[in-house]
Amino acid sequence: MAVPKIWRKIPEYYNLIGKLCPECNAKFFPKRTVCKNCGCTRMQDYKFEGKGKIVTYTIIRTSMSDPEQEINEQAARNIPYALAIIKLKEGPMLTAQIIDCGDSELNIGKKVKKVFRKILENGPSGVIQYGYKFKIDK
Amino acid sequence: MRKVAVIGIGMTKFGQLWKRDLTSLSVEAGVNAVRDAGIHQKDVEVLYGGTMSGGLFINQEHLGSMLPDYMGFKNIPSVRVEAACASGGLALRQAYIDIASGMHDIAVVGGVEKMTDIGTYSITKALATAADTVNESNFGATFPGLYALMAKLHMHKYKTTEEQLASVAVKNHLNALDNPNAQFHKKISIQDVMDSAKIADPLKLLDASPITDGAAAIVLASEKKAKKLSDTPVWIKGSGHATDTISLHDRDDLLTLSATVSAAKQAYLQARLQPKNIDMAEVHDCFTIAELLAIEDLGFVKKGKSGKFTEEGYTKIGGKIPINPSGGLKAKGHPIGASGVAQAIEAVLQLRGDAGKRSTNSENALTHNVGGSGGTSVVHIFER
Ligand SMILES: [Zn+2]
Repeated sequence: MAVPKIWRKIPEYYNLIGKLCPECNAKFFPKRTVCKNCGCTRMQDYKFEGKGKIVTYTIIRTSMSDPEQEINEQAARNIPYALAIIKLKEGPMLTAQIIDCGDSELNIGKKVKKVFRKILENGPSGVIQYGYKFKIDK
Repeated sequence: MRKVAVIGIGMTKFGQLWKRDLTSLSVEAGVNAVRDAGIHQKDVEVLYGGTMSGGLFINQEHLGSMLPDYMGFKNIPSVRVEAACASGGLALRQAYIDIASGMHDIAVVGGVEKMTDIGTYSITKALATAADTVNESNFGATFPGLYALMAKLHMHKYKTTEEQLASVAVKNHLNALDNPNAQFHKKISIQDVMDSAKIADPLKLLDASPITDGAAAIVLASEKKAKKLSDTPVWIKGSGHATDTISLHDRDDLLTLSATVSAAKQAYLQARLQPKNIDMAEVHDCFTIAELLAIEDLGFVKKGKSGKFTEEGYTKIGGKIPINPSGGLKAKGHPIGASGVAQAIEAVLQLRGDAGKRSTNSENALTHNVGGSGGTSVVHIFER
């Protein structure tokens, strides 16, 4: 992604800042400016703790790396890598990589916690994107 | 609302067509559809063209102007329709609404994608833009990856097996043997699927639809024109379209495409039919799991039972409800924007009695076209 596009996502990507609806108490990640439940527009920032459970997962084995391309995904992702949909303790779900974990540890229902990691490396422009990945919560 | 019929069809062969460009494919399909309808280019009043990404695949936008220009439709209104993999189905729906409303009497619906001018990496990246690029793709979600997440959960929750997923691919390859326009004419076995390279567990290479170039076009007409021009009109009895969250992770139920449930409900209601009355269907099988989810969401089988239903042969030609007699996206090929229109062509061939060896002897047919992981769904019901 281009630099401004990365920069404006920093609160979400670095600190899991989402939104809380003051009307109906629904919580959202990533941020939404309008509540999907009730249409409220006075959404407030809300920090998620970063703990949750694996709802479903896969292991991505197709390479996304191409030296002629702008983004070197191989460097950041180490194919093959585990990808999961995680349900945060507070309710919302998100998609993220699971790292430092053997295939046998990877199970639906497993508890996970957020870690701060490099998520992408933009080749020639040299911009590195940081954000969330998850680890098994032992 | 006026009645609307399909009076002409035309499509190219599907495949990796190195010698062909986007315009030559579109022209072949469009002109053949016009000829099949027995009309002339100057009779066409409006064009709706479905294509996912001229920009990413061939570095060309403004296809709303380019397609009618090359097809020889002078000065007509023309709309390029984009809904990722459902672009073709949605173009059909927009043209249907146009004719039904009384605005125009004759429309051409085109669908096209020229995918193989760029490398596999770039194709994978282009397809990933059908998902939420910021919140899914950016964190490592590939398009096969999203369907793999659904497949893994379906297996966990309903004890669906990898062999049951493979049985979808085996059936669709078998059906494609009798479809001259299909990309693959190759019989495969469950073992072939199981032995193919893993792309995103539990999905393997032969669980996935291929990369394809191709175009498809149909001519729609109002009732009055259709009766005058055609001896074999195929009527559109129901049309439905719905959307859902673009991100898979934002859905309450990851194993129900609620856009499909809602689009199907609209189409069934309009056609005054129920799932049990449908004779055959062309469904969106971009991956084997997608066909299983589709036949559940369309109401042909109870949620969770699709794997066994398919494995036991109920969806074969001659079975309880033939699914994808054309070979589906899986074996006929999946030129993204063309797929939804090609589904309608199969419905028309089947209802005209022109499907040859793959005939299902149907009185009606349903088509189902999905965009992304379920962010858009379009359903149509045809009757002869
Ligand atoms: Zn609210």
